[in-house]
Amino acid sequence: MSEFGVLEETHLTFRLAPDMELKARASACAVAKSIRMSTDKVEEVGMAVVEACINAIEHSGAADGKLHLELAVLGPAEADDPRVLRITIQDQGVGFDPAKVVQPRIEDNLRSIRKRGWGLRIIEGLMDEVNVLSGEGGTSVVMSKAR
Amino acid sequence: MTEGLKLDVERRPDLAVIYTDGYINNQGGEEIAEAAYALLDDGYRSLLLNLQGTKIVNSIGISILIEIIEKMLEVKGRLAFCNLTPTIDKTFHIMGLAQYATIYPDEQAAVSELQSGAS
Repeated sequence: MSEFGVLEETHLTFRLAPDMELKARASACAVAKSIRMSTDKVEEVGMAVVEACINAIEHSGAADGKLHLELAVLGPAEADDPRVLRITIQDQGVGFDPAKVVQPRIEDNLRSIRKRGWGLRIIEGLMDEVNVLSGEGGTSVVMSKAR
Repeated sequence: MTEGLKLDVERRPDLAVIYTDGYINNQGGEEIAEAAYALLDDGYRSLLLNLQGTKIVNSIGISILIEIIEKMLEVKGRLAFCNLTPTIDKTFHIMGLAQYATIYPDEQAAVSELQSGAS
């Protein structure tokens, strides 16, 4: 993927509020459709975006109350041939240490009051590549899926 | 923009089917749980969630479905799902829900097995 260039890029900013994940999802799905991803892949992209937004709504603590969505279509620079959708979801919140995230297990969920913490696992299961960068300046989730 | 959840419940002998239509988020999940627990109170021990009308779920909504699964296990009941979109099906498998709640391709397959198991 590193040999690909950015063919098209869209930047959107949303207010972190209930149901904003549906607006972000609709935008990501529209771009995924525009590069002729299969219906199943478009839906997987949409679900991953919903989960990343839910994480930001619940945990970012962003003082500006905003979430930034970048949708980049990647492909060989010499040809108009979209191959990959790269999605970056970024907030300027309090950040967290990704290494300390406990991987959820359904067996544990069933015995515990806490049944949450699935967002990142779902995103990783639906997308081809996921990187989480987080620190004092906020969190960026960068995820990609090939067409 | 909000896609609220609509529910329909069909009570059959030994089996109740909950039909969902719309987004299963925290609010939608709570509505399903309320319907499921009312059916448990009425004595039903086999519940089928038909998600044909649901195209979007989120992990908060699914965590409430896990609570329902837990409750069904406590009362030795069964919760099953049918008519999942491929993405919801994949998500349930990623989370391991399929170990504790059977997923059927359609309602006919689910009813046939759940009702034969109930007798």
